[in-house]
Amino acid sequence: MTAITDSAGATPSSGDRTLSTSELAAVRADFPLLARTVRGGRPLVYLDSAATAQKPDVVLDAEQDFYLQRNAAVHRGAHQLAEEATEAYEQARHEVAELVGVDDGELVWTANATAAVNVVAYAMSNASLGRGGATARRFALGAGDEVVVTEAEHHANIVPWQELCARTGATLRWIGVHDDGRLRLDDLTNVVTERTRVLAFSHASNVTGAVTDVAALVARAREVGALTVLDACQSVPHMPVDLHALDVDFAAFSGHKMLGPTGVGALYGRRELLEAMPPVLTGGSMVEVVTMETTTYAPPPQRFEAGSQMVAQAVGMGAAARYLRELGMEAVAAHEAEMTRLLLDAVASVPGVRLLGPADDRDRLALVSFVVDGVHAHDVGQVLDDAGVAVRVGHHCAQPLHRRLGAAASARASAAVYTTAEEVAAFADALARVRPFFGLDREGTR
Amino acid sequence: MSSMEQLYQQLILDHAKDPHGKGLAEGHDAESFQVNPTCGDEVRLRVHLAAADAPTVDRVSWEGQGCSISQASVSVMSELVTGASVEEAEQLGETFRALMQSRGEGLDEAAEDRLGDATAFTGVAKYPARIKCALLGWAALRDALVQASAATTKKEEER
Repeated sequence: MTAITDSAGATPSSGDRTLSTSELAAVRADFPLLARTVRGGRPLVYLDSAATAQKPDVVLDAEQDFYLQRNAAVHRGAHQLAEEATEAYEQARHEVAELVGVDDGELVWTANATAAVNVVAYAMSNASLGRGGATARRFALGAGDEVVVTEAEHHANIVPWQELCARTGATLRWIGVHDDGRLRLDDLTNVVTERTRVLAFSHASNVTGAVTDVAALVARAREVGALTVLDACQSVPHMPVDLHALDVDFAAFSGHKMLGPTGVGALYGRRELLEAMPPVLTGGSMVEVVTMETTTYAPPPQRFEAGSQMVAQAVGMGAAARYLRELGMEAVAAHEAEMTRLLLDAVASVPGVRLLGPADDRDRLALVSFVVDGVHAHDVGQVLDDAGVAVRVGHHCAQPLHRRLGAAASARASAAVYTTAEEVAAFADALARVRPFFGLDREGTR
Repeated sequence: MSSMEQLYQQLILDHAKDPHGKGLAEGHDAESFQVNPTCGDEVRLRVHLAAADAPTVDRVSWEGQGCSISQASVSVMSELVTGASVEEAEQLGETFRALMQSRGEGLDEAAEDRLGDATAFTGVAKYPARIKCALLGWAALRDALVQASAATTKKEEER
């Protein structure tokens, strides 16, 4: 475990203090996978953290320790192991809730972020059918109601809403984007109106890296009485996020992008909303009294956690949250702000490469999606891979945004707290070889 | 030669730059549209059959967008199956799919002779993520030939 306070012997990180070289080396030593080689002995340059992040050994140890020492069914059983397992599980919930500034009871475990968004969408669907009684009526949708998303969303924050609208008769509308991928906030008052019941949007785009002005969207949603649903997958691992301060009603994020395991994510919901919301998956563990005729439901968060849960993964996600908090999210963000500048410079330095997203580093994540003139994204990725540089290629689960930005597909390089300047330089070198490899530039025209 | 150079044989780069059969022709017997949902690559392919003793692929035309592997593969395939009987074309498809499962080891000499220029894609089989790219056009051909045969059978039954 690397706490910055240990390696630096200084006070806990705060402000815009970034990582020193030795601190960064210590962070990297926490991630065993980063030391491996690929494609015939080349050092791995992992620039695909926006797809999934690598895991520090504290996360792997926490999962293993759970199975080796504490494994038992949680929230049932009177034996010591059951007590310890339940405590580990609920402590993990506390760690994650602390990271994002919410109360433990407001954090629901889900299989992933997509599942979290779907919990809200299907709860609304059930409320629209009259489930949940009078208190759930505020979630009911019908003809004439509107759900608003943005053109910059990941499919996980579009498709569940399309489906909800199809089931309830509501209409889906969306906020467009400018040519650089930032939201058209000038459209906000036209699109978000008295008819809007839900405004779902991402905190930061997984394609353009643009960070959303959450306050502006929440203020408009409050004016018209719409619920807000924040996709926080790309923000939680990379910057300080305080969901209470952001004043959103719901938020979804995943474990695996924030240095935690796959198979676990979280839904935040404001307490009074979760309490009023009908369940989605039903069965064991989410009930109070079951008779052959009817059932009463447990209070949240258990109401939304039917069946055996992914306990070890939750424990791992808790360890990841603790790891990030001990590094200090301010320090993580400051380090990644440097990587943002280097990535933008790298893309700008190579002729024939077009950036998808804002070219300035203000309110922007350390990721760059780009198109290489005359070379398909898959082929770009292949040449980078040959140099040991791992990037994402394709549409990154954001086809509407790619269509809007005039690209069928793109390549994306994304950083995390463990990314180094040397890695970004290796990426720039490999990127400069792409067009020459396909005979489009002479060598050395860079 | 590195794995990547084996992947991007000159023949593949040439076909990607200057593809054969590209541009949809009218009067076709069947059409198939295939996409690779992971990357958005797509191909729309049409077949024209000629009725000889055995039905024969008279012409293949297509339109599409995608990576150099997918585009070159449709191009090479178009050349290879033109003039072949429908049965031969289907067999070539099976042989090419076997080549893609060969992990880059290739096939026996007779099979490679039948595949001709399509053996240039042997290196693709070392990159599991790219096999779908090479198979996109072949999937469209298989689908179009199935549709064309079904239509022919129906016509014969109606006669």
